[in-house]
Amino acid sequence: MKYPTEFKYTKEHEWIRVDGNNATIGITYHAQESLGDIVFVELPRTGTEISKGKPFGTVESVKAVSDLYSPASGTVTETNEELTTAPESVNKDAHSAWLIKITLKDPSEVQSLLSAHDYEQFVAEEH
Amino acid sequence: MNPVTRKSTRHVNQNEGLIFEKSSPGKAAWRLPQSDVPEVDAGKLLGSAERKTLGSMPEVSEIEIIRHFTRLSTWNYAIDLGMYPLGSCTMKYNPRVNEVVARLEGLANGHPYLPESIAQGALRIMKSLSDCLIEITGMDAITLQPAAGAHGELTGLLMVRAFHESKGSPRKKILIPDSAHGTNPATAATAGYAVENLKSNTAGMVDVAALTSQMNEDVAALMLTNPNTLGVFEQDIHKIADLMHAKGGLLYMDGANMNALVGKVRPGDFGVDVMHLNLHKTFSTPHGGGGPGSGPVAVKRTLEPYLPTPVLKENPDSTLAFDYDRPQSVGRVRAFYGNFGMFVRALAYIMANGPDGLRQTTEDAVLNANYIRKGLDGTYDLPYKTPTMHEVVFSDKLQAKKGVRTMDIAKRLIDYGFHPYTTAFPLIVPGALMIEPTESESIEELDLFVEAMRSIAREVDEDPQTVLQAPHTTRVSRLDETAAARKPNLRWKPAAS
Repeated sequence: MKYPTEFKYTKEHEWIRVDGNNATIGITYHAQESLGDIVFVELPRTGTEISKGKPFGTVESVKAVSDLYSPASGTVTETNEELTTAPESVNKDAHSAWLIKITLKDPSEVQSLLSAHDYEQFVAEEH
Repeated sequence: MNPVTRKSTRHVNQNEGLIFEKSSPGKAAWRLPQSDVPEVDAGKLLGSAERKTLGSMPEVSEIEIIRHFTRLSTWNYAIDLGMYPLGSCTMKYNPRVNEVVARLEGLANGHPYLPESIAQGALRIMKSLSDCLIEITGMDAITLQPAAGAHGELTGLLMVRAFHESKGSPRKKILIPDSAHGTNPATAATAGYAVENLKSNTAGMVDVAALTSQMNEDVAALMLTNPNTLGVFEQDIHKIADLMHAKGGLLYMDGANMNALVGKVRPGDFGVDVMHLNLHKTFSTPHGGGGPGSGPVAVKRTLEPYLPTPVLKENPDSTLAFDYDRPQSVGRVRAFYGNFGMFVRALAYIMANGPDGLRQTTEDAVLNANYIRKGLDGTYDLPYKTPTMHEVVFSDKLQAKKGVRTMDIAKRLIDYGFHPYTTAFPLIVPGALMIEPTESESIEELDLFVEAMRSIAREVDEDPQTVLQAPHTTRVSRLDETAAARKPNLRWKPAAS
């Protein structure tokens, strides 16, 4: 699997794409693969403050319910409504089926996250 | 063709529709005499809340109802039909002597509103069971109220919270290993705590260095399962308890795996402050549809003031009574006194076995799991080589190369006449096969199981499609669990006429 190099990654298997003060967050290909068929995604309301490293929602598959951990702190500006009726989009293309968009509290927070290369290595080492 | 050991439990081949589909207008299973009391105007009493029609309720005769549900009941798989190796669930045999005792007239017809003076026998059963469980766990006091394991966890954490509050602050966090049962983090969150994950080390045990760095005065307790969900005994348990206590934290033990310890090791002796037991696992009361469960919580002396009310007490004249005067109690957690019928059965089990019998039970449970481990090691990948106790966790790593995953193997196992093992748990093993035979199984049954699992592994090599499309011998084959979860269809609707 090719992990987009313009994304940053967490060890909890989320990706974040930064665009100035705004960012888009999703889960990785590896995350959806180990979860299996995703049947429900629970996301915060717009306006919710989320903090780096803290859970902001859950993703439920036929196997398990897992917390979603935020790669950065900020305020939710938009959630992906499509996932309410079509949670399988995350399985189909995890890197374009985003979960939430936020305005970043501190864009420099993202720098400590993993690059695509480091994340790929992390996933390989985990198994 | 390979020789295949098959075990069949099917005894009715007929499929069964929904009871709604048997309905025809005017049929009924009842007939009432003419009313000899004045008619009541329901509309006047209930106003707009009155329901004018019953909707499409099935109209069937009594024998049709009886046949429908009797047929369905014959489809059940049960421990009385064969091995039920569902890891972490301890699906052991429910001895018939338990049922005989529970059906004694005085016990079966007892009522919780009986005055204490004429319920002394029932109270004595609760007292005897409490004493036995305290002896087995090495704790100081106990409540029998919680209705099952997770309810016990919540009761335990509410006591933890009350304990810390009495010292000035409830604290903020509960530490939970990544191998824990999913109920542990749910319980911590319900009790108002933040959950902090504790990583396991390469041996599948708590990483003491990680615990040392994560433990501080914000941590209320560590919730630990011992042996853990890999079936591995936490060998540093003393160190772990000391680390918790040094910073004023408590050690909660999830007693789900107590079947590996009874009569051998006592949690109270290795530093546990509060723990729950599952009478429906370790102590042989019915489990899985046959419940109800029962999840007593045992505590050390420091937590005793917080036990739910009422607490059983012995009067100076040695009669028993309930003590409601417990100002520091977390309050009542269950109507009346808990699932009393399960207390009777658990006590019957303990007394029928006696101390040596219980010890033998533990040894047999561990022996059986290790017999399966030895029988399947190599055929299936064993991710953690640490010695295991009452259960063993393999992974589907070898079979995954052919595209066959743990769920497929589990489904195929149904064709061999066994209940599947636990799939995909614990989460720290990708593609887990979690197998717990319990002490109930004979070597002959274990051999059948091992042979079935080996046979499935051969099928994976030679003809993976057989496994991927299993089960083949059931009334319905592979169900689409994903579609059922994404687009549930829960209501029968009459066909448009």
